[in-house]
Amino acid sequence: MISRREIFETLDMIDQQHLDIRTVTMGISLLDCADPDPEACCRKIYDKITRLAKDLVRTGEDIEREFGIPIVNKRISVTPISLAAAASETEDYVLFARTLERAAAETGVNFIGGFSALVHKGFTAADRKLVASIPRALAETERVCSSVNVASTKSGINMDAVALMGRTIKETARLTADRGSLGCAKLVAFCNAVEDNPFMAGAFHGVGEPESVINVGISGPGVVHHALLECKGAPFDLVAETIKRTAFRVTRMGQLVAREASSRLGVPFGVVDLSLAPTPAIGDSVADILEEMGLERVGTHGTTAALALLNDAVKKGGLMAASHVGGLSGAFIPVSEDAGMIASAEAGTLCLDKLEAMTCVCSVGLDMIAVPGDTPAETLSAILADEAAIGMVNNKTTAVRLIPAEGKVVGDRVDFGGLLGSAPVIGVHPESSEVFVARGGRIPAPMQSLRN
Amino acid sequence: MRAIVTVVGKDRVGIIADVCTRLSGWNVNVLDINQTVMQGNFAMTMLVDLEKCELPFREVSEQLRLRGEEMKLSIRMQREDIFEAMHRV
Repeated sequence: MISRREIFETLDMIDQQHLDIRTVTMGISLLDCADPDPEACCRKIYDKITRLAKDLVRTGEDIEREFGIPIVNKRISVTPISLAAAASETEDYVLFARTLERAAAETGVNFIGGFSALVHKGFTAADRKLVASIPRALAETERVCSSVNVASTKSGINMDAVALMGRTIKETARLTADRGSLGCAKLVAFCNAVEDNPFMAGAFHGVGEPESVINVGISGPGVVHHALLECKGAPFDLVAETIKRTAFRVTRMGQLVAREASSRLGVPFGVVDLSLAPTPAIGDSVADILEEMGLERVGTHGTTAALALLNDAVKKGGLMAASHVGGLSGAFIPVSEDAGMIASAEAGTLCLDKLEAMTCVCSVGLDMIAVPGDTPAETLSAILADEAAIGMVNNKTTAVRLIPAEGKVVGDRVDFGGLLGSAPVIGVHPESSEVFVARGGRIPAPMQSLRN
Repeated sequence: MRAIVTVVGKDRVGIIADVCTRLSGWNVNVLDINQTVMQGNFAMTMLVDLEKCELPFREVSEQLRLRGEEMKLSIRMQREDIFEAMHRV
């Protein structure tokens, strides 16, 4: 039998260290919903989602109850709407977002991802319509998440898309100004977007995916932090080993839940995403882990090295614990969702440039960062271009989820509520990138793309 | 299906008897018990088998939780798999 010590260790992780399954996400293909009549297409989309995901939330809750482990979010990702809606004869894609919203409400999920377009090499007519609809779609819905892939290692950076996304982010901020520009918290621009990401706001169901699939995102910054308390002053070899062991345990639990959800729902298991995702709760912070390694405050010199070690050890530990690993897999550093990051940003230690450096070695990118409301669209685009370049050259996923909070200036704070947390507004460089962004065209794919 | 029942709280007479009586009433078989009292705090783990149990898992688990509240104890039941997954390769 499992020993008493092991049992209470597990309970302690759940009760005291915020161990949970962050998300069980059902991916659903909408490719068979195409129809020249947009109303008919929407009907097919609604019917398919509500049919396949009707038991998702209840099954998640049953598993929570039986295993005694919280599953914080049950979510749905769908085929990028720019593909599903391409055949429909309409200029306005907001009705598809409204349909996703209704399907999400009916199934009881808190977010649905896939109001998306993949434009890393160029736009189709449908991609253009989708991106043009994003600001209104996000303003008129609550649960719909949107993402646009603007670059990849294989194809380079679509700078026209980068320029357009800067303006799209600004417009989304403007249309949701009464809610702290909340719309931008549901909008991600990617380089090397992955097809099986279970995490929002960037989740969509890729075209290489099956009809439907279950992907699970784990979490556990609090557990890793707690384990490191035993390693005070120890060399990094031991720090890495401790993180690996912890990640292994957490991932085994994720794999168990993923298999269970997949078998109960009769939907194939896709991947476990080995991500370390913080929440605004005290003790559930990635920043705490980095500071536990010996940094006075996250963002100071040494932060990038500490994050590199953490990110790598989480993957090494988790890899052996799951049969299929995918998604974003790594440590997330969303500023507004991490109490330690918020504190450091407010103290002025954590700045945008340091965050950009950190994204070279962590899971994704510049995530949930509030910037002044008067930040020009071109500056947002230039930040996105920098981030896409990091992803492109390093063969990794990078993303930008910036909130140019309307009417806010450096030092203000924007509250989004719930898991999205609150973000201190941090400064951007005042010097213009307008001429740079105005060039348009494509930044060619790098040498790294030629691997055949 | 096997599950782990954990009981934690202030020690008093009859905790084991109370929990075991309830479990036997639902036809839940106790396979192993491990119990200790440290500084007045009672901590027990039980391995139970629900194979012949007449109630659904969620019902047993909820009844135990409610009984725990009455006795000012934390009682919970979780499937054994989660502990196995976390602590055994």
